[in-house]
Amino acid sequence: MPRLEEHCWSRSCASRVESKHFSGGNWVASRAEEMMSIVTTVLSNAYGSLHSVRTANLIRRGLVLFTVGVVLALVLNLLQLQRNVTLFPEEVMATLFSSAWWIPPCCGTAAAVVGLLYPCIDSHLGEPHKFKREWASVMRCIAVFVGINHASAKLHFANNAQLSLTLAALSLGLWWTFDRSRSGFGLGIGTAFLATVITQLLVYNGIYQYTYPDFLYVRSWLPCIFFSGGVTVGNIGRQLAMVSPKGHNVLFQFRHNLDFGH
Amino acid sequence: MTVRERLREKISAAFYRHGLLCASYPVPIILFTSASILTCCYPLLRLPLPGTGPVEFTTRVRDYTVPSHEPQGDLGERPDWYRGPPVAYIQQVLVKAAVSPWDSTLVPVDVFRSPLGRVFSLLEEIRNHVHNDGSGVRSLEALCLQVTDLLPGLRRMQKVLPEHGCLLVSPGNYWQNQRELFDSDPDLLKTVHQHEPKGLHTSATLRDLLFGVPVKHTGVSLYSRKRVVTYIITMVLGSYDARFLSSLRARLRQLHPSVNCSLREDHMVHVHFKEEIGMAELIPLVTTYIILFAYIYFSTRKIDMVKSKWGLALAAVVTVLSSLLMSVGLCTLFGLTPTLNGGEIFPYLVVVIGLENVLVLTKSVVSTPVDLEVKLRIAQGLSNESWSIMKNMATELCIILIGYFTLVPAIQEFCLFAVVGLVSDFFLQMFFFTTVLSIDIRRMELADLNRRLPAEAGMPPPKPGPLRPREAPPPPRPSPYTITLQTPAFRNLRLPKRLRVVYFLARTRLAQRFIMVGTVIWIGILAYTDPAGLRTYLAAQVSEQSPLGEGGAGGLPPHLGVAPVFPGPGGDPASTLSVLPAPDEPTPLPENQSQGHHGAPREGVPHQAPPLVPQISWGAEDEEGWRRLSFRHWPSLFSYYNITLAKRYISILPIIPVTLHLSPREAIETRHPQDTRHPPPPSHKTNDLPADLTLYKVAALGLAAGVLLVLLLFCLYRVLCPRNYGQNGVAHGRRRRGDLPCDDYGYSPPISEISPLLLRGHSMDIECLASDGMLLASCCLAGQIRVWDAQTGDCLTVIPKHGLRRSSSSGCWEQRDGWDAVGVAEPENLGGETEPGGGVFDEDEGYPLRRRTTPRPALFEDQPDLTPLIDTNFDSQPPSHLLLTPPRDGFDFGGLVEKAYLEHEPPSPGLTASYPSPSPPSGPPPQRRRSLGYIQPPAPQGQGTPDWESAVWAMELRGNLIAAGRSSGKLELWDAVEGSLRCSNEDGVSGITALAFLNNRIVAARLDGSLDFFTVDINKPLGLLQYRGPPGHSKMPPSPCYSSEDVISCQLTRSVQCAHQKPITVLRAAAGRVVTGSQDHTVRVYRLEDSCCLFTLQGHSGGITAIYIDQTMVLASGGQDGAICLWDVLTGSRVSHVYGHRGDVTSLVCTTSCVISSGLDDLICIWDRSTGIKLYSIQQEVGCGASLGVISESLLVTGGQGCVSFWDLNFGDLLQTVYLGQSSDGQGVRQLVVLNNAAIVCDFGSELSLVYVPSVLEKLD
Repeated sequence: MPRLEEHCWSRSCASRVESKHFSGGNWVASRAEEMMSIVTTVLSNAYGSLHSVRTANLIRRGLVLFTVGVVLALVLNLLQLQRNVTLFPEEVMATLFSSAWWIPPCCGTAAAVVGLLYPCIDSHLGEPHKFKREWASVMRCIAVFVGINHASAKLHFANNAQLSLTLAALSLGLWWTFDRSRSGFGLGIGTAFLATVITQLLVYNGIYQYTYPDFLYVRSWLPCIFFSGGVTVGNIGRQLAMVSPKGHNVLFQFRHNLDFGH
Repeated sequence: MTVRERLREKISAAFYRHGLLCASYPVPIILFTSASILTCCYPLLRLPLPGTGPVEFTTRVRDYTVPSHEPQGDLGERPDWYRGPPVAYIQQVLVKAAVSPWDSTLVPVDVFRSPLGRVFSLLEEIRNHVHNDGSGVRSLEALCLQVTDLLPGLRRMQKVLPEHGCLLVSPGNYWQNQRELFDSDPDLLKTVHQHEPKGLHTSATLRDLLFGVPVKHTGVSLYSRKRVVTYIITMVLGSYDARFLSSLRARLRQLHPSVNCSLREDHMVHVHFKEEIGMAELIPLVTTYIILFAYIYFSTRKIDMVKSKWGLALAAVVTVLSSLLMSVGLCTLFGLTPTLNGGEIFPYLVVVIGLENVLVLTKSVVSTPVDLEVKLRIAQGLSNESWSIMKNMATELCIILIGYFTLVPAIQEFCLFAVVGLVSDFFLQMFFFTTVLSIDIRRMELADLNRRLPAEAGMPPPKPGPLRPREAPPPPRPSPYTITLQTPAFRNLRLPKRLRVVYFLARTRLAQRFIMVGTVIWIGILAYTDPAGLRTYLAAQVSEQSPLGEGGAGGLPPHLGVAPVFPGPGGDPASTLSVLPAPDEPTPLPENQSQGHHGAPREGVPHQAPPLVPQISWGAEDEEGWRRLSFRHWPSLFSYYNITLAKRYISILPIIPVTLHLSPREAIETRHPQDTRHPPPPSHKTNDLPADLTLYKVAALGLAAGVLLVLLLFCLYRVLCPRNYGQNGVAHGRRRRGDLPCDDYGYSPPISEISPLLLRGHSMDIECLASDGMLLASCCLAGQIRVWDAQTGDCLTVIPKHGLRRSSSSGCWEQRDGWDAVGVAEPENLGGETEPGGGVFDEDEGYPLRRRTTPRPALFEDQPDLTPLIDTNFDSQPPSHLLLTPPRDGFDFGGLVEKAYLEHEPPSPGLTASYPSPSPPSGPPPQRRRSLGYIQPPAPQGQGTPDWESAVWAMELRGNLIAAGRSSGKLELWDAVEGSLRCSNEDGVSGITALAFLNNRIVAARLDGSLDFFTVDINKPLGLLQYRGPPGHSKMPPSPCYSSEDVISCQLTRSVQCAHQKPITVLRAAAGRVVTGSQDHTVRVYRLEDSCCLFTLQGHSGGITAIYIDQTMVLASGGQDGAICLWDVLTGSRVSHVYGHRGDVTSLVCTTSCVISSGLDDLICIWDRSTGIKLYSIQQEVGCGASLGVISESLLVTGGQGCVSFWDLNFGDLLQTVYLGQSSDGQGVRQLVVLNNAAIVCDFGSELSLVYVPSVLEKLD
C-alpha cells in the first residue's frame, strides 16, 4: 500500500535541505568564514583562546539544532501517518523508518543551517532579537508548531483552500506571537518559497508523488508548514545563540561585550 | 489624556483594589475559588471516562436483526456505533470436563488428557453439523468467517492457527485438530507451553486464544486440585443464522447435557472497539507532552524571590489545570460535548493558555519594595501588570476569535474550549493565584521579620505606602561607637547563601521531580492501558453504567428468575469456578449433582470411603467467559488475519455449555505411555507446607537483603562523606569565625578555587591605585610607585629606582572637631621637628624604611605650624599606643579613611589605624564622624624639593603615562615602563587632592578648592588618546602610546580659582565632562575642552562624598546627608533624589539599570536607575562596605575585611567571598579597581591583590 501521503513531511524537509545546500550553502559558508576571520583578527591579539571557544560554541549549537531537526522530522513523520492501527511494535519501528534513511539527517542539517542563519542575519542587520527571549517561549513555539502539523495531519477540512488558509493564518500567528521581526519573516518566507520550489521540482522529476495533490501536483499547505518550521527553528537558534555565551560564563559574556564594544 | 490612558488608569486602579481585596481576605477567597472550581467541574462526573476500552451493547437474541446502516429515528439507548453488520459473530462452546470419580490410581496427567481428547470429537460434531430445513441446508462451512493467510510476521503460529478456511479455534489447534497427533504427543503441557512467548507480555497469548479462558481457569495443569478442565471452542461466523445456531445448540445439549446449567441464553453482546493508540500515535503524543513539561519547567523556573518556589509553581500548574477542567465542565454544562481527543489537544490548550500571566504577576509582586505591607505589595504588583495582562488576554481572545471563524468544526471546538479556558484561567489567576501569592509573600515577610526583629527593635518602622514616600533624612548617628555594637546578625534583606542553596536545590529538584511526575504519568498510562489494569476495570464500570451492560460477574438480573448460584463473593470478577472440596455427603446444593450420570464405579476404590468426585458447576461468570480475558483478545485474534476491529464491533452470541464426564477407565485408556512417569501429585498437606516455607524463605531473604543494603549504604556514607559533613566551612583554614557574613547561618560557601594573586613589593600601605586595564600603578605611603602588569602580576617598574626614598612618607594625622577645621599634620612637612617621631617609627618593624630618617631642613615654611598638634613626647607613651596599632577603645577611623580612599584616591596618609590621640592639645576627640576629616589645610608653595619628598596624593594612569599629584602641588608625568620622569609641572602650590586624566587633558583638584586644567602635549598626535572612558573600564590596548622619544610637555591651560568654596573632595571625568564635588554641598560640571563651568548642581544638604559619571552622561552624587541625587548632565536638572543611608554615602556605582550605593552605615543599596525606587539593600559587615565595583551588569564586588565578596546584582545574594590573605586582622580593602579583563585589583595592606573573577560565578540566565 503506497502511503505517499506520509512522505509529505519527509519530502518537504528533504527539499528544504537541498535548497539550502544548493543556493545558500556556499554563500553562508563564505559569510561565516568571513565573519569568523573578522572576529578572529579582532580577538586574536588579546584573547587567543576565544576563537576556539567560539568555534566550539558554534559546533555545539549546530549539533543541538541538528538533533532537534532529526527528532522533529521523525515525530512529525509519525504524525503524518494516518491511523493505521498496528498491534505489532516491530511494524511501528518499520513505519518509523519507512521513509528514506537520509531524510532525518537532511532535516537535521536543514534545521542546523536555518537555526544558525537566523542569529547570523540578526547580527548582520544589527537588530538583535529581543522579543520574548526565553526558553519557555521557545518551548511554546515548538508546541504550537507541532500543533500546526497535528492540525494539518488530523483535521478534516471541507476543502483544500480552507485548509491552506487556516494553516497560513496559524503560521502567521506563530510568527506574530513568537518572532515579530522582519528578518524572521523574510527568512521564513524565503525558506518556504525555496523549499516549495524544490519540492515542486522533485515532483516534476518524478521522484515523488502525492496521494492527493491539489495544486500543481503538490499539497498547497506545504509552504505554511515550511514557514512555521523555519520560524520555529530560527527561534531555537536565536535562543541558543543568546544563551550559549551567557550560560558559558559571565566572564565570557563580559569579554564578548567588551570586544564588540571596542 | 487619551481613551487608552484613561482605560489604562482605570484598569490599574481596579487591579489595585482587587489586589487589596485578595490580600486582605485570603482564606475566604480561596474557599470561594475552590467551591467554584468544584462546581464547574461537577458536570464532568457525568461524562464517561475516556479511554479506548471496548464498549458493549446488549440486545436480545430472539428478535435480533442485523442493524441497518442508516441511523433510525428511535435509537433509544442504542449507541451510534451500532450500525451495520458486525465484523463477525462469535459463537463459543464452553466445555467443562472432568474425570469422575477420581480415584487414586490415576496419574495427574489424567486430569486433562482425556478431557482434552474429547475436543476432537466435539469439533467433528460441530463441523459436521448440518441444519436442514425448508430453505436449504446450512453447515458451519457456509456460515463461518473464511480467513486467508496469517500475517507474514506470524510464521511461528502458522501451524497452530487455521488458515484458508473457517476461523475455528480450540485447544485442538495445538495438534492441528488431529486426534492421532494428540494421542502420540508424549507431553501435552510442553506442547502447550512451547508456543508461549518469552518474557512479559501484555496482550493476548496464544494459549488464551485457543483455550478461550484464562490460563489459571483451564485446569490443564499437573497440580490442579479441582480436576476440572475448561476450554472453549470458538467459532467465528461471518453471517448470522439463528436456526442453524439453535439446532447446533440443541444438538450439543442433547449429546452432552449440562444438568445444572442455568446460563442465560437470550442475550447477545455487541462489543465495539475503539481505536487503539498504537506506538505510532503514542510517539507524537509523548513528544507533545515532553514539550509541555519542558515549557512548564522553563516557566516555573523563573519564579524567584518567594518563600516557597515549589508551592507557587504548584499553584501555577493547578491554576492552569483547573481552568482547563472548568472549561470542559462548563462546555459540558451548556451541552457542548467534547468530541475531540482530550489527550491530544490538552497540551496545546495548556500552551495556548500559558503560564505567562502567573509568572508576570509573581515577578511584579516580588519586585515591589519589600518593606511595604503585604497587601500593598500585592496591590501594587497587580496594578503594575494590569495593562499588559489585559492586553495579552485581549490579543489572545482576538486570535481565538479569528480561529473560530475558520469554520472548521474541530478548530471551532478547540477555540470554544480555549475561550472558556482563558476566561476561567483569568478568573483563577485573579482569585486563586493572587491569594496564594499573598499568602506566600506574607510567610516570607514573617520569616524575614522574625530574623531581623531583635536587631531592628530600635529602628523606626518602615513607612508603608504605595508610592514609597521619601524617607525623612535619617537622624545622625548618636556616636560612632554604635557601629561596633551592631551585631552581624543585623541585616534586613539579604538572601543568604543558605537560601541560595535552597533555591539551587529547588531548581535541580524541580527537574528531577518533573521527570518523576512524567514517570508516574507514564506508569499510569501503562497501568491504564494494561489489559489487567485500570482500564478494564474502568471499562467494566463504564459498561455497568450503560443500561444493558452486565459486566459484573455476579450481577445477574433478577428478572430472569435465576437464583444466584453462589451467593458468596458475587461481585468478584476473579471468583473462579467453585468446586466444593469433596464433601463426605452429597451436598444439599442442587447444582452439585454430577455423580450419577456415567455410573461412576465406586467399587474401584473401596478403601477410600469418600471417593473424590470433581464437581462441575456452572456459574454466572461462565456466561461470558471472554470478559475474563484481555480486552485485546478479540482484536488480536482478528489482527492475525489483518482484520482490524478499530471502530467496528463484533457480536458475541450466548455461549453453549457442554459438560463432559469421563470415566477413569477412559482416562486410563487414553493415556500415553510416558504419562505415568510424572510423579504422583503431592498430598494437600505437603503441598501447603512448602508454600508456607517458601514464603518464610522469601521473607527471610528479603530481610537479610534489606539489612545488607542498609549496612552497605551506611558504609558508603561513612566512606564518602566526611565526619564534619555540612560544616566543612568551619574547618576550612582561611575562614575565620564571624568574618564571613553568612557564617551564622551555619552554611559555608563552597571552597573556591580562586586564589588571589598577591602583588608584593610595597613596603608600606598602598594609598593610590590606578589602572588603565593593562597596567596597574600603585603608590604606597613610602612614595614608591610600582607599575605592574595587570595580566600577570609582574612588577614592571619601580619608581624611584634608586635607593633614595622619602624619609617618611606620611605620618600621623589627626582629626579635629568639625571637618572643616581639620588640620592634619604630616611629619614630613614638619621636617626635623618630628625627629622624635622618627624614633617611634623605628620601633615599628613593619616599616624598616623609616629607619632611614635623616634630619631634614624645614622645607614647608608656608604650611601652618602644626607642631603644637603633635605630641612629640612619644617616649612616655606605652608601646601599645604606637602608630598603626589596632584601636583598643573600639573607635575605628578605618571607615572614614576607606571611604575617603575610594572616593578620591586621597592624599591622606592612609593609615587605617586610628590615632590613639594621646593628648591632642587642639581639643577634644572628634565628636562626629566626618568622612572628609583628613582634608588638609592648604599647603602653599613647596618647591625645589626632590620628587619624592612630598607625598603622592593622587595618581592616574593613561596609556603609558602616570600622572602623579603630590602634596606639594606638583604634577608629575612618569613613564610607566621606563620609570623615567617625563614632565613635571609646578604651577600649582596647593596639594593635588584628585586627578583626572582624560584624553590629553589632566584635571587636578587642589586643596584650596581650585581646579587646574592641564594639557599634555606631545610632538606626535596620539590616536590612542582619543579614547574616552571611565578609568575602570578603559580599553586601552597594551601597546604603549607614548614612546620614549616623544617630548611631552604639560602645560597649565586654565586654572579655575575658587572653583568651590571649600575643598574639592571628588573629581570625576567622563564623556567630556569634569564633575567636581565639594564640601560646600555643590556639584559642578565643567566641560573638559574649554574648562567652562556648565552647571552648579545644588541639592545636597551636606558635603559631596561620592560622584559617578559615565559615558552615558549619567551623573549620580552622594553626600554626607546620606542622599543620592541623579542628575541630567545635559540640562543640569535633578532627576531623582533619594535618601538611602544613615550617614555618608561612601561610594556610588551605576549600571545600565541600577545605581548601587554604599554608605557609612555599612549598607549597600541598589536603586532602580530610572525610577529611583530602592530595589533592595544588603547589610554588610561593619566597616567593610566602602569599596564597590561592578564587573558586569549582574556582578557586584565589594571589599571587606581581608576579603572581597561577589554579589549577584539581580537577586542580591552573595555568590562568593574570596579571602585575600591569611591574616586579615583589620586589613580592610579600601580601594578596588575593576580591570577590563574581568579581574579586580584591591589593596590589602602593603600588598595588592589581583583577583580574577572566578569561574564559579558562571551563572545561567
